[in-house]
Amino acid sequence: MSVLVYTEVSKGRVKKSSLECVNYAANIAKQMGTSVTAIVNNAEAAHIEELGKAGANKILTVKNEKINSDSVLITAMIEQAAKAEGSKVVIFAFDVTGKAAAPRLSAKLKAGLVAGAIDLPVINGNTFEVKKNVFSGKANATYVIHSDIKIISLLPNSFPVQLSGGAATTSDLTIDLPASRIIVKETRSNSSGGMIPLPEAELVVSAGRGLKGPENWKIVEDLANSLGATTACSRPVADMHWRPHHEHVGQTGVAIRPNLYIAIGISGAIQHLAGVNGSKTIVVINNDKEAPFFKSADYGIVGDAFSILPKLTEAVKKFKAHQN
Amino acid sequence: MKILVAISNVPDTTTKIQFTDGDTKFNSQGVTFVINPYDEWYALVRALELKEANLAEKVTLIHVGLVDSEATIRKGLSLGADDAVRINAEGPDAFFVAEQIANYAKANSYELVLVGKETINYNGSSVGAIVAGLMDLPFISLATKLELAGTKATIEHDVDGGVQIVECDLPLVISCAKGMAEQRIPNMRGIMAARTKPLTVIEGSGSSALTSVKSYALNPGRTTCKMITEDNLDELVSLLHTEAKVI
Amino acid sequence: MSGQILDTQVGMSFQLSENQVAIADMIRKFGKDHIYPKMMEWDESQEFPVDVFKKLGDLGLMGVLVPTEYGGSGFGYTEYVTAITELGSICGSIALSMAAHNSLCTGHILQFGNEEQKKKYLPKLASAEWIGAWGLTEANTGSDALRMKCVAKQDGDHWILNGTKNWITHGISGDVAVVLARTGELLDSHGITAFIVERTTPGFKGGKKENKLGMRASETAELIFDNCKIHKSQVLGNVGDGFVQAMKVLDGGRISIAALSLGIAKGALTASIKYSKERQQFGQPISNFQAIAFKLADMATEFEAAELLTFQAADMKNKGKKMTKESAIAKYYASEVAVRVSTEAVQIFGGYGYTKDFPVEKFYRDSKLCTIGEGTSEIQKLVIAREILKD
Repeated sequence: MSVLVYTEVSKGRVKKSSLECVNYAANIAKQMGTSVTAIVNNAEAAHIEELGKAGANKILTVKNEKINSDSVLITAMIEQAAKAEGSKVVIFAFDVTGKAAAPRLSAKLKAGLVAGAIDLPVINGNTFEVKKNVFSGKANATYVIHSDIKIISLLPNSFPVQLSGGAATTSDLTIDLPASRIIVKETRSNSSGGMIPLPEAELVVSAGRGLKGPENWKIVEDLANSLGATTACSRPVADMHWRPHHEHVGQTGVAIRPNLYIAIGISGAIQHLAGVNGSKTIVVINNDKEAPFFKSADYGIVGDAFSILPKLTEAVKKFKAHQN
Repeated sequence: MKILVAISNVPDTTTKIQFTDGDTKFNSQGVTFVINPYDEWYALVRALELKEANLAEKVTLIHVGLVDSEATIRKGLSLGADDAVRINAEGPDAFFVAEQIANYAKANSYELVLVGKETINYNGSSVGAIVAGLMDLPFISLATKLELAGTKATIEHDVDGGVQIVECDLPLVISCAKGMAEQRIPNMRGIMAARTKPLTVIEGSGSSALTSVKSYALNPGRTTCKMITEDNLDELVSLLHTEAKVI
Repeated sequence: MSGQILDTQVGMSFQLSENQVAIADMIRKFGKDHIYPKMMEWDESQEFPVDVFKKLGDLGLMGVLVPTEYGGSGFGYTEYVTAITELGSICGSIALSMAAHNSLCTGHILQFGNEEQKKKYLPKLASAEWIGAWGLTEANTGSDALRMKCVAKQDGDHWILNGTKNWITHGISGDVAVVLARTGELLDSHGITAFIVERTTPGFKGGKKENKLGMRASETAELIFDNCKIHKSQVLGNVGDGFVQAMKVLDGGRISIAALSLGIAKGALTASIKYSKERQQFGQPISNFQAIAFKLADMATEFEAAELLTFQAADMKNKGKKMTKESAIAKYYASEVAVRVSTEAVQIFGGYGYTKDFPVEKFYRDSKLCTIGEGTSEIQKLVIAREILKD
């Protein structure tokens, strides 16, 4: 009956979104008077410890090299774990994997899914009420899950991670995988230069057409480096190939909700705002004081990015030096 | 080989969102509806390109919705789809919509089902994966390129932190993202032809709702923007630390 | 009836049809990518952008009223009005050229050509493979067409054409022209005949291109005929029917100029509404001032009245009714509204309105053609008066 959480290890660490999910599941489990089981493939001791600290009581460890990005395999693994645990609640992160596997599990278990939850469910007997963003972040909707089994995928960066210091028991899970029909020919990682991938980034520095050309991105990158932020861009910039497409944030690109979004030389078209207005704090730098983005910002600077950015980078460096 | 493209009827991106009936319904008064951009620009246009390259015989649109979405369906027909099916039901959730699509695709032997990566109204990214789950087919999400050679599809798609190229034999369900195709506009002949292309209406059937919306609320906008001068950037950094608490 | 009418409703309807909405949407999207970015350049250099016309042809906008069996789009006048209006709200020049091509040259062949002529010319015109011109006006006979000097004399199986036509849209770039020439007595309304003349016909050439106040991307030039020998198979309808045909073509043409006027008024009004909400003076948007708000109210009222008159004429034309009076009223009123609305738009924009950085100065210049072309306002009044005073 435990709350089951799907977690992932990527680039040698437990994904932050997975830790958020475990924390989230722990809150639900507490309300329901049950425990949290996390399932993880190819994890090491340190990862297991981290999952325990995040609130998992039990960890199902799978060792299977065959499981790749194919959602058929991932879903089969989780389905078998859910059956083994008798879980009535399954939690995913609303990320690339969760967007493919959670709905598939919903089909397999005939379980109601809320995709992209932003808050803890309100539990009323056998129904859950879960809030999620709709209309590209302009509004939210409270969904009621009526089915016996409930699946929730949690929007990254919407639930803070608290490490409590608990320890989990582990149990190996052997799973019976179906044949995958997908043949992976090549995998390339985005050259994010060691930066945190955009959907997970807490700090994002984003620039638009106001930068005038790709050759001017150094000052953007310098600011991002000083903050430890990830760089992003507006749609026209990606369309003109000044920056790679995976950096494009907005309604048609990646939708993000970092703690800090700094927008430089981006006017703030409604389609761009739709992809970033979930950010906790927005700073807008634009030389046009009429730029609509200022209406959606917390802090604004009117002026020339080419003179502001180096000064801001210096100010950040000074702050960081003082911090240490 | 027949392609089924699922399209959703959504408010235009510039719509001011409002709710009605005690915040339980989207207020569609005066709203312009369009084909969900991901369904149109990427899924539908790529399907049409494959047909034009003689790699598919037929492109069918499927939509789950009431009669007032037929104008949107005809927009899809005007772009070049051969025919359309409207499942006459107001879907309470993604599962219901996906179930209608899966039933139709199965009964009519569609070998490729294309959907947009998400709808811009409910943003669930769920329908394609549920369709694939119900049909027991592979699902490839966030595809940015799709090529066909006979019954073999080669797909480039976004994965966590990168891009992957995969191969898979049909039948298959794919969710389509930016990069799949260039946006098109219809022409007069397409607009005229859309009026006479078959638009079949089938009554919806299937499960009771697994989920439903209880209420909506607008997300609060930001109220004030604190302006900072260029000579005061230390102040900004300090505010981000002490006031916003983000650095 | 030329167009294939799909919306046959009983009673009155003031709502745009789904087709009209789709056509307007198509043109807005096309204009954003293919017209907006270059239109001020074309205006400045008076370049007639032939490639844009080929693209309009691909969209089916160069044979809106031509039935599909001749390669056209097969729509009626209401859709035609919507198309010109939407294009005109972006760029008057492009809309004028489209209107002239559709209504005049193509329209004349469509209404009065025999089957062979229709099969030969309509597919080329509807696809914009060929651009069409139409020649009635001469240097000294504008409104007074019966005094035209351009003559055609029969010579066996041929006609020999001599004379000059002026103010002809696509006079140089047109691949084919429908030309009205005298084949009978001066002032005899049955003494004029219409001919189809291809560009490559010996003795036919384009002349001087006009340097105009507005509509500068639309080509206006002379047609010159010097012993131009035309086979009798190129006569449209019967010899001597040309003037009557031309008047009917102009009845339809007036609707297209009314639609063009609506487009200019719409473009100027939309820009004015947007600007007056953005522009701040004395600490508030200028739309808060009654002096501006009342201007906008007048502009909107006149625009909507003109729109209703134009759709009335279009609807009558669709139904095959005589609409000489209604098309003249629509053309007269809509063109005067286009001039008034675009003039007020420049006033609302103030100093900015007088510069080429904002669209209203172009609407202002382009609008004036509408009260002149295809029959001046004064001629429209003459037509209207004649119709209402008839016994």
